[in-house]
Order: sequence, then structure tokens, then C-alpha cells
Amino acid sequence: MAAPQVHHLFHAPVADHSFSADRQTLAVARDTSISLYTRPSPTSPTFTPTASLRGHDKTITGVDIAPRSGRIVTCSQDRNAYVWEASPTGEWKPTLVLLRINRAATGVRWSPSEAKFAVGSGARIIAVCYFEADNDWWVSKHVKKPLRSTVTAIAWHPNSVLLAAGSTDGHARVFSAFIKGTDARPEASVWGERLPFGTVCGEYLNPTAGWVHDVAFSPSGNALAYCAHDSTVTVVYPSAPDQPPSAIISIPTQLLPFTSILWSSETEILAAGYDCGVYRFSGPEWRLSGTLDTVAAAGGGGEQREESALNMFRNMDLKGRSGGGGSGGDDTRLKTVHQNSISTLRAYEGGDGEEVTRISTGGVDGRVVVWTL
Amino acid sequence: MSQSLRPYLSCVRSTLTAALSLSNFASQAAERHNVPEIEAASSPELLLNPLTVSRNAEERVLVEPSVNSVRVSIRIKQADEIEHILVHKFTRFLTQRAEAFFILRRKAVPGYDISFLITNLHTEEMLKHKLVDFIIEFMEEVDKEISEMKLFLNARARFVAESFLTPFD
Repeated sequence: MAAPQVHHLFHAPVADHSFSADRQTLAVARDTSISLYTRPSPTSPTFTPTASLRGHDKTITGVDIAPRSGRIVTCSQDRNAYVWEASPTGEWKPTLVLLRINRAATGVRWSPSEAKFAVGSGARIIAVCYFEADNDWWVSKHVKKPLRSTVTAIAWHPNSVLLAAGSTDGHARVFSAFIKGTDARPEASVWGERLPFGTVCGEYLNPTAGWVHDVAFSPSGNALAYCAHDSTVTVVYPSAPDQPPSAIISIPTQLLPFTSILWSSETEILAAGYDCGVYRFSGPEWRLSGTLDTVAAAGGGGEQREESALNMFRNMDLKGRSGGGGSGGDDTRLKTVHQNSISTLRAYEGGDGEEVTRISTGGVDGRVVVWTL
Repeated sequence: MSQSLRPYLSCVRSTLTAALSLSNFASQAAERHNVPEIEAASSPELLLNPLTVSRNAEERVLVEPSVNSVRVSIRIKQADEIEHILVHKFTRFLTQRAEAFFILRRKAVPGYDISFLITNLHTEEMLKHKLVDFIIEFMEEVDKEISEMKLFLNARARFVAESFLTPFD
């Protein structure tokens, strides 16, 4: 396993990040602006800042680059979303999206077809936005019905019609976001056959009603995973429309809660969050199978072994530290690659039907790290 | 080091580590606002169960977590009247300089001597595990400080009494 590539961009939280499809451009949400980074040469391992997209006036919560068209969509706590398009001269021109929400937007994702995107919000609404050519602007339709609380996460099904959403009321839900004229009629799947806009195809409650932090569809779209604040990752296998699901597998862990999850294949989920590391869950008998941080942990621990036993016990006594590690020497550094919570986990190489081979994580510590699986 | 301090501190440490899982969460009640939910208490679903860790009848810690902020309140040991006065003066000194301490709350929660308010902004710009270390360090230092002050006060009282009574000797 190759060592992870660490890009330490700045000392501010990375709320969301997105790589372009050719992996030459990196868009990072930094406070109220989007920083664009590019590689100086196509093979260069480092990124240099090239542009800053300004327009929002509150913290940006989501950024997504469409893989084929290269358009960037951003959303922020100022209730707005913009679609940024590059002009031939290289400047980025924003187009305001008519979201019609009156609370903060919490996250945005392009649908795989790139014809629409969805914006979750604190107004208990998901705005599904599409381009209306007649008026030359982005308009939105609202999913409101069973949502009772802030939408924290959204994820698209590979067919670009179904949409999963997690919210702070402890539910993960699957909706239809079918828009007439934009979408082709989807094939019948385990989630449903006829799918007019706003149909609820599934509704799953976390057992402790903990806030759902992230949701994700499996590569085939026939399973849904979500992680909640009670440190569990739950995998749902639906059976047929209007039937109870064939299996709901909840994987409890002793770790801190996860904030982001990603299916690397049908039988593997990666999760990252407040424990600052990336963890691997493998199926189909779902269990926690390991971490991606092993290389770094072994490298960091070596030189600190020489501390005296006296120091260790004194530390346990005084500070209430269990392991006794990190005394004397430099205990400001964590043994993980990220030094603070990880906020987003994304596919870097693969995805879109293929197996994910590399992933990228963005953390509160201002680092974007590329991991090889 | 007394026998019960170690489990007490390790319990506080693990509680705080878990409670400091904070995210940037905009208000559900007001547009374009982002406030600590534990103070605003606008919605019960955004608050987690408060937890009290107590060592004995006098010493305890209250941890109140929410989606974007944690309130930590500490009850400092006060065995007698002198310690009570000392703790009052000491915490008053600190809370009046609350800006310099970043995470210190200006007013303690009723029933406690000193409160900290940690928001997601603090966990973002400072190291999470160091914030926990700071609170633990504070808890052990404050006891030491108070008992030192008490000893000093007693010594001074004795000295003053002695020098006052020398002329009558």
C-alpha cells in the first residue's frame, strides 16, 4: 500500500472538496470562498493555488465539480447556490440558482447525469435544481414532505433519479427526484417502479435517533448505507417496492462518530469522521475490518518508545490517560495523518460503476489527503 | 495522588473526547444565523443528553453536548468557608478575563463554579485533544491552587497574629 499523499493547503477547515475528472484541478471550500488549485504540470504531485471564487458571504458548505462538463456548483449558509462556468479566457462566471430556501444550505451534489443537482438545507427542504432553457436559469423543485429537520447529507443513485438524504431527526430517506423533460423514465428497480417527483421510496430510522451524518448508495444502487452520530454504520438492502427491506445491518463501533462514508465496491465501505482516520468495513457479513492509517501509526510511534516507566505511570495518574503514550515527547501530533476531524470522503480514482482504487479526504485541519486502497 | 482522582479524570477525559464531535451547524430557527445550540436550545433534537461525572458530593463535572457546542461546568472542591471564598474570588478573577481564555463562559451554570463553552469554531482552530488536555489540566491545577492559597492564607494569618501580639508579650 502506497503512502498517502498529503496536501496541506491552509490552516482552516476544508468543509468540502472536489477533484475534477482528470484530477488536475482541486476545488476546496475555504470559509466564504472557493479556492481552486491546479497541478503546475500534469505529473506534478503538488497543487498550486490558481483562482478564488468569491460570491458567497457566509461559510460555504458544499462544492462539487461535474466530471464531464467541468461546471462547479457551490452552496453556502447564506442560503444561496451558484453554478460557476469557466469562460474561454479562464475566468469563472457565477450563475445564481433560485433555491427558494430560507435557511442555510448544507450540501450539494451533482446527479451522475449532470443535468440536475440537489441542495440540502436547514429549512427542512431538499431543492432539486435543473436548468430551464426558456428562461436561461437554474430553477428548483422542493422535496418537503416527510422531512422534519435539517438535511445533513444527500447522495444520488447511479440512475440520477433517486436521491438519498440524511437528516438530524435520525432518518435516512430515499426520494424520487424525477423531473419531467430532464430525465428519461428510469428502469424499475428494488426501490420502485413508478416514481413521480417526491415519492418516498424508503425511510429508515437510526435505532438511537442519532443525527445522520452521511448517506451513500452502493455502486449498483441496490443498497444504501448511512452513518449516524451513535458511531454506527447501517447498511440497508431493500427487497421490493412497498415491502419491508430484506436486511438492515447496523455495525456498531467503539470509535467516535463517522461524518462521511463511501462505497469502494459492493462489499466494502470506507468511513471517516471525528476519529481523524479512515476505516474500512467489509461485507457481506458487515464488520469493521481495519484502518488505512497503519503505515503512519507505525512510523510515528517509533522514536517515542524510550520514555521511562515512571513517566508513564505518573501520566496515567495525573492526566487520566490510559495508554500512557505521548508523554514527555511531542504529544501535540496525533498518530493519524489528519490532525483533526475528517469532513468529506470522496472517490479519487474509479467510481461511476468501476471499483474505487484511490480516495481523497478533506479535513478540518486544512489537509486534503489522497489514499491508495 | 489520591486513589479516586485517576478514574475521575479518565472518565471526564473520555466523556469530553466524545462530546467534542462538533460540526458547523447553522441555526434552524433564524435565517443566516449560526449560534451555539446548547445556549440557544431552539430545538430539543439538537441537544444530546447532559452527563454528570461526580467524584464525591462536592466535586463534579457537567458536560452538556449539542450539535455545534459543548458546555462543560466544573464544581470545585470546597471543604470549608475559607475555600469557598477562595474559589469564589479565583473564578471571578478568571471569568472577568474571559476573552483571553477563549473557551471560558462569562457566567457559570447554576450549581457550578466555572463553565466552559466550546463551539465548533474552537475545535476547528485548535487541536481537539489539546482542548481536552487543557480542561483536565485545569481541573487538577485548580485544586492545587486553592489548597496552596489556603495554606498561604493560614500562614499569613498566623504571622500577622504573632506580630500583632508581640508588644503584649
